[in-house]
Amino acid sequence: MATTITELLKKNKAQLLDSWLQKQLSSESLRDDLMTNDELRAQSEELVNALAEIITEENISQVDSTDYDEVFEILSTISMSRARQGFTPRETGLYIYGLKEAILDLLQQQIPNDSMQLFTESRKLNQLLDNFAVITFETFIKGREEVILRQNDEISDISTPVIQIWDGILALPIIGTLDSSRTQVVMENLLQKIVDTGSSIAILDISGVPAVDSLVAQHLIKTVSATRLMGADCIISGIRPEIAQTVVHLGIDLSNIITKASLASALKHAFGMHKLTVKRADTDKSIR
Amino acid sequence: MEKIPILRMGSFLLVTIQVDLYDRLALTLETDLINMVHKTGARGVLIDISAVSIVDSFMGRILGNIASMTRVLDAETVVVGMQPAVAITLIELGLSLSGVYTALDVERGMSLLQTKLGPNDELVDDDADDTE
Amino acid sequence: MLTILSKDSMTVTREQDVVPCRNRVKEVAVKIGMGIVNQTKLITAASELARNMLRYANGGQVVIEVVSKGRESGVRLTFADKGPGIADINLAMQDGYSTGKSLGLGLPGTKRLVNEFDLKSIVGQGTTITILKWKNG
Repeated sequence: MATTITELLKKNKAQLLDSWLQKQLSSESLRDDLMTNDELRAQSEELVNALAEIITEENISQVDSTDYDEVFEILSTISMSRARQGFTPRETGLYIYGLKEAILDLLQQQIPNDSMQLFTESRKLNQLLDNFAVITFETFIKGREEVILRQNDEISDISTPVIQIWDGILALPIIGTLDSSRTQVVMENLLQKIVDTGSSIAILDISGVPAVDSLVAQHLIKTVSATRLMGADCIISGIRPEIAQTVVHLGIDLSNIITKASLASALKHAFGMHKLTVKRADTDKSIR
Repeated sequence: MEKIPILRMGSFLLVTIQVDLYDRLALTLETDLINMVHKTGARGVLIDISAVSIVDSFMGRILGNIASMTRVLDAETVVVGMQPAVAITLIELGLSLSGVYTALDVERGMSLLQTKLGPNDELVDDDADDTE
Repeated sequence: MLTILSKDSMTVTREQDVVPCRNRVKEVAVKIGMGIVNQTKLITAASELARNMLRYANGGQVVIEVVSKGRESGVRLTFADKGPGIADINLAMQDGYSTGKSLGLGLPGTKRLVNEFDLKSIVGQGTTITILKWKNG
C-alpha cells in the first residue's frame, strides 16, 4: 500500500479541515475577537480545497511551480487581511503551521507501519508547507508596510490643514520642517482649496517651522509663486526674529513676498486687501 | 485652419482656450490677439486657461509674450483659471510668469482689469472716440 | 530591480506629433493611477523633450514604458534622436542656458519635474534622454 499525501489530501479533505479547525479553535493563538469562527472556517476551507484540487505527485516537490499560484493567491489574501486586522506575525504563522500539523497527523494515521514512507511523505509536506509559510510571512510584512505607508500619507495630510478663516481668506499653519515632499503636499492642498473655496488670499503661517534655511525659503517662495499663478495672493506670517535674521544672513530675497510677523497682522492685511474693516460695535451706549 | 475664437466684451477681449495647444495654433492665437487689440483698442485681455491641462515652457512663453505685447499696445492681460497642477508644474519648471496678471476666474479677472484700468479710463474720458 | 511592464514607441517628426505624444504619455500615466500633479509634471516634461528633439534634431523616437520597482510603479520615457548632439552637457543643464532662442529652461526645468533624468549625447551622432517619474514620486 502506497498512500501519498496527494491521495490523502484529496480523499480526506473534510477530515483534514475538521482537525485543522479543531487545532485552531483550541489553540491559544485563536483570536475570535478579530475574526469570527465562521469566517475562520470559510477561510481555512478555501485554502484546503484549493490545495487538494491543485496538488499532484508531480508538482508536490516543485514548490515554485505555477500550479500553486492559486494557493499563493489565497495565502496572500489571508495574510494581507490578517496584517490589516491586527493579527500578530506569530498568530499568522501558527495558522499555516497548524495546517502542517493537521496533515502530519493524518499521514501518521494513514501510514501506521511504513516509517520509511512516512518520512518521505512528511519531508515533501515539510518543503511545501514551509514555502507556504515563507510566502505568508512575506505578504504579512507587505501588508504591514502598506499600513505604515497609509499612515504616512495620513500624517502628512493631517499636518497640513488648510483652514478657511474668512470668506475668501485661507490660512495654512505649517508645523515642523518643510522638506520638498512636504512642500508638494502643502502646495497641492493649498491650491486645491483655493479653487474649491474661490479664495483670493492665502496666509502661510510659519510660526511652527523650527528653522528656515535657503532650501526651506526656496520651498516657501515656490508655494507663493504657484499661488500667484492661480490668481491668489499669498502672505507669509509668523516670522520670528531669529528667522528674519537667518533669512538676511543667508541672503535670501523675500522682498517680492508679503511677510508679516504674526497671523493677526497678516489677517489684518488680508482684510485691507479685501477692503474690509473690523471695528468694535458700540452697542451698549449706557456704559459709556 | 483651426483658430481659437476671441470674444469682445466691451473694452475687453476674452479668449477661452478649450483645446490642447500645439505650437502653430498658439502662435496664431498670439498674432490674432495682438491684431484684435490693435483693431478694437481693447484695454484688457482675459485668457481663460481653466480647461488647459498642460502648459509647457513654450506655451508659457507665448502667454508672457502676449502680456508684454498687449502692454505695449496699452492693454493689460490677465491669465485666469490656471489649474493647480499646472501652476505647480510651471513653478517647478522655473517659469513664474512674473509679467502676467492672474486671477481665479473670468469674473475676478474682469474686476482686476477694471481696478487696474479704472482711474486711467477716467483720465482719458475726454477721448470720445474711444471704442465702446 | 526595475521591471518593464509594458512598452510602446512612437516617432516624433513634426510639430503636430507633440500633442499625440503627450496624449499617449497621459494614457499610461492614468492607467497606473498616477495623481494629477505628477501626471501634469510628466506630460509637461515629455512635451519639453519632444519639442527639444524637434527643434535641435528634426525629431526622433519616443519610447514609453511602464516600469515597476518593488512596490512602486512609474513611467519611463526615452527620447532618442540622431541630431547634432550636445557638446557641453554641464552647460546645457544650467538654468538659463540655451543655444536656441528659448528661455533655456528646457533641460534643467525638465529634470526638476521628474524623479530620474539621464542624458547621453555624442556630438555628431545624437542624444538620448531618459526620464522616469514614479507614481508617488
